[in-house]
Parts: sequence; structure tokens; C-alpha cells
Amino acid sequence: MWLVIIQLKIGIILTFFSLLFAVASLAERKILARIQNRRGPNRVGPCGLFQPIADGIKMLIKEDVVPRKADRALHFLAPIVMVAPMVLLFGILPYGGGLTLVDLEVGLLFFFAVSSVSELAVFMAGWSSANKYSVFGAMRAIAQMVSYEVPLVLVAITPVMVAGSLSLVHMVEDQAGYAIGVIPNWFVLTPWGIVGFLLLFVTSLAEANRTPFDLPEGESELVAGHLTEYSGFKYALFFMGEYFGIFAGSGLAVALFLGGGGAPLPLLQWIPPYLWFFVKLVVLVGIVIWVRASLPRMRIDQLMDLCWKGLVPLAFVNLIAAAIWHYSGGGWQGWILAGGLLVGAYLMLNRVVLRSRCSWERKYYLAKS
Amino acid sequence: MNVVLFIIAALILVGALATVCVRNLVYCALSLAATFAALGMLYLALGAEFIGWVQILVYVGAVAVLIVFVILLTAPDRMRSVGPLFSRSRILGVGVSLGVFGTIAYAVHKSGSLKGSLSMPAETDMQSIGEELLSSYLVPLEATGVLLTVALIGAVLFAREEPVEGSEESQESKD
Repeated sequence: MWLVIIQLKIGIILTFFSLLFAVASLAERKILARIQNRRGPNRVGPCGLFQPIADGIKMLIKEDVVPRKADRALHFLAPIVMVAPMVLLFGILPYGGGLTLVDLEVGLLFFFAVSSVSELAVFMAGWSSANKYSVFGAMRAIAQMVSYEVPLVLVAITPVMVAGSLSLVHMVEDQAGYAIGVIPNWFVLTPWGIVGFLLLFVTSLAEANRTPFDLPEGESELVAGHLTEYSGFKYALFFMGEYFGIFAGSGLAVALFLGGGGAPLPLLQWIPPYLWFFVKLVVLVGIVIWVRASLPRMRIDQLMDLCWKGLVPLAFVNLIAAAIWHYSGGGWQGWILAGGLLVGAYLMLNRVVLRSRCSWERKYYLAKS
Repeated sequence: MNVVLFIIAALILVGALATVCVRNLVYCALSLAATFAALGMLYLALGAEFIGWVQILVYVGAVAVLIVFVILLTAPDRMRSVGPLFSRSRILGVGVSLGVFGTIAYAVHKSGSLKGSLSMPAETDMQSIGEELLSSYLVPLEATGVLLTVALIGAVLFAREEPVEGSEESQESKD
């Protein structure tokens, strides 16, 4: 009986995310088209609704091209190593309402440990392809992922400090209830929570190599980065890994800052928590697509400046702000102290660190004629 | 339980052997990553949840990735295997490994921790690990942090060769 229930839950979660993958790939193209004033896919089925099915069949029956000089074993393994950890991440997200699969005591640690394995997959893909563009793309991707992991972990620590646990389920429980009977106690509605949520969103965009951080796949310079030599279903697996990474990152943001399965109003509590969780997750995925349509790609030095001079210091200040908030007991003192600290830090960073680079001459350390 | 432990031990042994014996440097790095992961699994199977995931986070997610990144930064084309799969200097490698293993085995055997009966330790929770780290082990923890920071700054200083003002190089870059 117990096993059947577990398997049922796994089935529901995997089906949901696979369907969401299909829907999101269509929605991305449709939304991008709408924003750019075109129609998008409109041939298969009504309004192009069956496009994901056609895409899937196309990917499956396409020829699997492997370059002659490629390292066949690693070329084959890389897509699998990419997708497998991402699927594992769905297992610990706190959907609530009995759908939560595992409540790990060290859930957050699990999340970062498992998601960091995908960096190895990027390396395997880039190196095994025996293509210079692939190697450069992989190098950029790994440098970016390693750098942005620092602010990501620093930001994820703040809810841990306040909730006093690494378990995602416990963190969601900590955000239950309503202040003054109406406003939910989500972490995002605190000064450090807003900053933390935005930082987490930006860094998880960079971790997933999404626009505006998609330099590793900058097609004008690198063809398609580490994906250059992949075709057919292997490419589809990489695509799936990227989307699953976005879903898992959004799920983490929902659990850490948006109250997990908590309803936004006490009146709406009759809707089961997992539905709320999925609604919030889908909204975040929609914002990711919207960002892709709105922002241009960054340059590599801008990318590193943003991480090391912008996000990392702000994440450290956010840690202190969360501690101040925790020990001042929240309320208006907390808003003034923590909020003032964060606003001051943001303005300082803007004025002193990020802007000052305009007055310097750009130096090229690696490209010395 | 025992079957799981044997499978993990086999994985660790195969991974470690491959790390030492295989000629292709990239394969070595990836087998090392696999060994780290298997070691993490061993910790997990022994009930040390925290240390198991930290092992995977730090060693697979950071150390292995760093090794791999260094391979990419140095000429990756030269890393392709040119000769046989297994390196010829394996006799030397086996000798060194046996020496290290013998030393460690001797030390462990003498230490007396094996004399008592081996029992499964009680489940340790995160709370107690954190409290221990920030109370009795506070000074070592802080010292490690300072050490790592110093190492980081030193690495940056070494890596970043600023051209001396007025030298030929800086003249060139101005042109």
C-alpha cells in the first residue's frame, strides 16, 4: 500500500512536469511571438496547439549525428547526466497537501548538491564534441555557473537562518498563517525577503543559462556553445534539462520565499496547497519567458561584474539584514532597520562599485596580442 | 543493507582504480568525480546525511568541476588519448598507492578505535551539528575560514599579472 502511494505520487509529479515541459516550450514560442508581433507556431492543430507533439516526434526520428573525432562514450552520457539530477530535484519540493514526496532534513543541501552535478554534464558535452565552439561554450557555462552559485547559496541561507531548518517542508510551515488576518506571512513580504527573492530569481536564471545570461549559447559568437554537436533526441534531452532546471529553480523560490502551497488569502484556503504551489511555479516560469523576450544578452565582463560586484555583496548585506529582522522581532522597527540597510547598500553598490567601472579603461588580460 | 554497502565499495574501488590507471586525463577527472559521488553515497548509507550531501556538494560540485575547468583552460586538444587506454607507469603508481595504503592501515590498526565493538552511531541531526560547530569547534571553523580567504586572495594575486606602469606591455596596450 505504502509503495503504491509513493509510486502514485512520483507518477503525478513526473507527469505534471513533463506536461509542463511540453506546454512551456509551446508557450515560450507563442509568448515570444506575441511580444515580437508575429504569430509563432500555427500549423499543427488548432492555433498550433499540437506543436510540442510534432516537435517530440521530429526529435525522436531525427538522425543522431556524432562527429567522427568525438568521444562517443562521453558524448552519449552527457545528456543523461544533465537530465537525471534535475529530475531528482522534483522529489524534495514541498508541494504540500500530501503530495510532498520526501521531507529531507537537509533538503536545501540536497538541492544544491544535486543541481551542481549538471556542471559536469556541460563539461562532458563541451569536451566530447571535439569542437572549439563547444569547448568555449562549456568553459563559459561552467565559469558562469560556478560564479553564480555563490550568491545563490548565500541568498538561500537567509530563510534557513530565520526558519532554523534546512528542510524545505519546515520552511513552508514557517511561512503559514496570516498577519492582521489578511496578509500572508510569506518571507517575500519582508525587506530581506524581497531582496532575497529577486536575487534568487536572477541567480537561478543565470544557473539555468537563460536570457539575459545565455552567453554560453550566444549564437552570434559560439554557434550553440556546448550544444553545437548535438542533434535529435540528445539535443531534446539537453533542452529538457534546461527547462527542468528552470522548473526546479522556480519551485525552490516558491518554497523559500513565496510560502510554498500557502494561499494568498485566508478565503482561498479551500483550494489544495499543491495547486497553489503549481500556480505560483507556472507564474514564475511565465516571468522567465517574459524576461527572455524583454532583455538583450549581456557581455561576459558585465556578467562577471554583476555577479561579483553586485549580487555577492548584496547577498552578504541581505544576510545581515535578515539577522537584524530576526532579532528586532519584525514589525516596523524591522522594516526601518533592515529595509534601510538594504536600500542603503543597493544605492552604495550602484554609485560606488558598479558605476565606477565607466571611468576605467577596459583591460584585456587574456588577449594580449 | 550489506549488499548496498558492497555495491558502493565496489563503485569506489573501480572509480579510484580508473582515476589512477586510465591514461586519458579527462577520464581520470570524471572517474575521480564518480569516486567522490560514491563516497558520498557511502556516508549516506551509513546514516550521515549531512556529511554525505556536503561531500557531493563540495567534491563533485566544486572540486571536480574545478579540476575539469582547469583541463578546459589548458589546451584541451592535447588531452585526447594518443596511446593505449592504460598508462604504462602503473607499476610506480601501484607502488606509491600501496605505500600510502600501508601507512594509513598501520595507523588505523594502531589507533585502537577498532578495538571496541562497531555499532551504528545514533542519528545525528542538523541542529546538534550546527551547535557543535558554533560552540566547541568555533575556533577551528573560523581559522579554516580565514585560511580559505587567504588562499583565495593569494590565488587572485598570482593569477592577475598587472602590467607595470610604463613598461613595454602597457605601452603596447595603449596603442
